[in-house]
Amino acid sequence: MSLELIATILGGLTIGSALMVVISKHPVRSVLYLVLTFFMISANYVLMNAQFLAIVNIIVYAGAIMVLFLFVLMLLNLSKENEPKTSLFVKLAAVVTGGLLFVVLIAAFKDGVIVAQTAGIDGNDQGLVQNLGQLLFSKYVVPFEVSSVLFIASMVGAILLAKREKQTID
Amino acid sequence: MATSELIEKFVFIFILFAVTLGIAAYATYFERKVAAWFQDRIGPDRAGPFGILQPLADGAKLFVKEDFIPERAEKWLFILGPGIAMFTALMTGSVIPWGKDLDLFGQSVQLQVADVNIGILFIMGFLSIGVYGIMIGGWASNNKYSLYGAIRASSQMISYELAMGICVITIVMLSGSLSLRNIVEEQHGMNWNIFYQPLGFIIFFVCALAETNRAPFDLPECESELIGGYHTEYGSMKMGFYLFAEYVALFTSSAVISVLFFGGYNFPGMDYFSGNTLALLGVLAMFTKTFFFVFVFMWIRWTLPRFRFDQLMHLGWKSLIPISLFNLLITAIIIAIKEGWFN
Repeated sequence: MSLELIATILGGLTIGSALMVVISKHPVRSVLYLVLTFFMISANYVLMNAQFLAIVNIIVYAGAIMVLFLFVLMLLNLSKENEPKTSLFVKLAAVVTGGLLFVVLIAAFKDGVIVAQTAGIDGNDQGLVQNLGQLLFSKYVVPFEVSSVLFIASMVGAILLAKREKQTID
Repeated sequence: MATSELIEKFVFIFILFAVTLGIAAYATYFERKVAAWFQDRIGPDRAGPFGILQPLADGAKLFVKEDFIPERAEKWLFILGPGIAMFTALMTGSVIPWGKDLDLFGQSVQLQVADVNIGILFIMGFLSIGVYGIMIGGWASNNKYSLYGAIRASSQMISYELAMGICVITIVMLSGSLSLRNIVEEQHGMNWNIFYQPLGFIIFFVCALAETNRAPFDLPECESELIGGYHTEYGSMKMGFYLFAEYVALFTSSAVISVLFFGGYNFPGMDYFSGNTLALLGVLAMFTKTFFFVFVFMWIRWTLPRFRFDQLMHLGWKSLIPISLFNLLITAIIIAIKEGWFN
């Protein structure tokens, strides 16, 4: 089986599971399909020999963020009866904005060049952890540090918000 | 990849699968014997000599029980839950190096399914995926006690993953590699990480107890509060899968502890041997260490009482994470001094 065939099948599965996120009736099922989509994306990364990115994607998105999503959804009593009623106008507006976004995305990607190579083609090993680390701490060290400052700021913000909430309860 | 290599990997995966399941099955027998020993009883002794056929009897019992699915459960997710739990528990074994390379029929056979260069992250990843088996099972049962168990399990596992991850980072800083084989090779000659990271080991061990839902952190299956826990609605072999997955996870996490902190397949005086003898003795050393930690897990289960849930959260967030961060900082400073950054 050639790499192109695998890539095509994988791409199809990725899009399929991403579509199932939108189509599924039940929110919990949507989240589970989203987890599956993250796995598919990770598989695509592995195909491009970016193992580090693949596993970090699983740990961060599938392992932490999606668990919290699932956590919240399981605690909400989601059923047909207490589903919030949306008017026809809101539905129409959602369809139009979604469609516009779709058009913009197509316009942006239609001339896109496929930059990433699949594994095994002319020694593409940029995604391996050694090379990625070298690149992050030399060429891209400023963006890397800036993003870490951003993360710390958001962490401090989250803790502050949680603290204030507690004081009002007391 | 050559066909011979494919066959070699296939055979090795099959052996590893069989050995892991066999050990998990006998861990249940061993657990009962250890419990009996701690409580001054005899333990199972009816099935076969010394009761060694007890796991088979248990398995047969679980198989012939009625396979029941509650009427208001989410059918497919209810079936999927135990499967995911088992799958994630088994997958972690695939990156663990079980020994040095063996020479068989003129070919060098690697005693590891995949030597990926992100081995330890792979284990952390599957650990964090493991919670889905419990969450999906608990939610799909459509039972409030199952949901409580599932929620307890997931919040507990997310909390303890952090401290565990920080301990892993310190180990990675010492070894300079994410590959488990390199981490083991770095510890050659009694340079076991336990001597450099005693604090890290204790934190990692406590976190491993919490991640495998073992006592004293077995709140997800707290019989006195939740009837059964996340598997209240389960019966037959689906229930068996959940219980079994716990023992598989017990075995693999013991293996990970011995790889990260106790030198894996290294043993004192290994430089006097070479070739296949060394490889086989290495495998023996690896399994001895692993079994020792399986025993320690059981020892703790039958010694300590269960924590309260708020105590569990306090321990995780307010003690283990700050201590492990402190440990990380000290390790970083010592490495920096050794590398001569302050000269």
